[in-house]
Amino acid sequence: MDLIYTMTTSAAATDVITLADRASAAVDTNIWLSILYMVLALVSIGALTAVLGIVLIYAERKIAGHFQCRLGPMRVGPHGILQTVADTLKLLLKEDVVPASADKAMHFAAPLMSLMATVLVLGVIPYSPILQVTDVNIGILYVTAVSGLGVMGILLGGWSSNNKWSLVGGMRAAAQMISYEISATLSVLVMVLFASTLSLNGIVQSQESGWWIWRAHGTGLVAFVIFIIASTAEINRTPFDIPEGESELTGGFHTEYSGLRFAFFFLSEFINMFAASAIAATLFLGGWMPFYIEGFETFNKITSLLPPTLWFLGKTAFLIFIFMWFRWTFPRLRVDQLMRLEWKILLPIGFINLIAAAVIVLTKFYFFPV
Amino acid sequence: MEYFFVLLLIVLAVVFVAGGLAASYMVAPHKPGRIKSISYECGEKPIGPAWIQFNVGYYLFALLFLIFDVEAAFLYPWAVVLREVGLAGLIEAGIFILILVLGLAYAWKKGVLEWV
Repeated sequence: MDLIYTMTTSAAATDVITLADRASAAVDTNIWLSILYMVLALVSIGALTAVLGIVLIYAERKIAGHFQCRLGPMRVGPHGILQTVADTLKLLLKEDVVPASADKAMHFAAPLMSLMATVLVLGVIPYSPILQVTDVNIGILYVTAVSGLGVMGILLGGWSSNNKWSLVGGMRAAAQMISYEISATLSVLVMVLFASTLSLNGIVQSQESGWWIWRAHGTGLVAFVIFIIASTAEINRTPFDIPEGESELTGGFHTEYSGLRFAFFFLSEFINMFAASAIAATLFLGGWMPFYIEGFETFNKITSLLPPTLWFLGKTAFLIFIFMWFRWTFPRLRVDQLMRLEWKILLPIGFINLIAAAVIVLTKFYFFPV
Repeated sequence: MEYFFVLLLIVLAVVFVAGGLAASYMVAPHKPGRIKSISYECGEKPIGPAWIQFNVGYYLFALLFLIFDVEAAFLYPWAVVLREVGLAGLIEAGIFILILVLGLAYAWKKGVLEWV
């Protein structure tokens, strides 16, 4: 085994304990402690889902407001911070209208599937060395697979409504999301090449002496840009929001959804944005790793003063802000432009980037020592 | 145990959605009506169901996606062990990718990638 490989694997110096590890350690000695960890996992992910929804929707409206020289929500609570809570309550009290011609069971299953896909992704994200629900060893492959389920939710929602707007929106969403998933996967593969592991925590730990975005000799940066573009398309945000472009499709796949069912679609969309940012931060920006520069010990000591969770949240919040910024900067793409961008531009670049990264890994031609 | 927690999260999602809808069912009003439950088409009367044949272009892209996504799934294990399998692995994966890129070039030439 050559030097770089041994060094990457030995970089697992920081102890990582996930909730699943704690629970399985306690399962023989104290079953109640084990169950306590399970409940803790459920409660924390459930609370995270709810809180993220509230915070992100507020942030979106506030940022949108300030981009347009408005104030955004100001009335409910100081600076409108309770606006989303009020909106959620309003949606809870709204009548749940399901069209008579809809496929009732599928109409219910669609938001469930969307939300399930996002909640499953939240469970494997490493928030800090000790804050992670479960670190499945196929980590990033699992994330790719599970987030692919979200497409099913949207397609189901579009089809089951038995509404022409919904059908067109759902089909567009499916075509767009599966197309861009390939580019996202190719750029993820670049990072797997460098990190030599699929586990998300392993990928974070392989970035101890520098983040992959700038240590991977250009290929990291290209992969990052492709990943951000592809994620924007996968989470159906402007400039890739043709599946729900309100000026042409009224609401796209969620036209026939009202009340809390609509809220679940909306929630999963915002949580998806968080998940995409968190995965991008984990793969390219070092996750919970502080900003280290090899050899500058004093500088490294100062950066590690901030707790890992704050580093993680800071990077994620920055990427979320970029997604929101996109929305007020780029006009919406047409379907043919969207397909051309993916299949004729991003996909060839992604392939070339992948081969280049493989060559760099094999020749050990690194920017900085691993 | 790792995957047991994944199962727990699935249960959480189901409880989250079902619980929310149950709570909404208890507090929200129900006044169904014939006109209210017609599909929404901006005030027009809907003509025929929406479950119709749609553009075959979607199907072509779905086929292409299937090929390239399965390819990416095959490349994951290769990417993890590339440092061990070395140059031979790179060449073999290169041939594999080349075949698929040829396929993409063929589809491109045939005009499959044009949205009509």
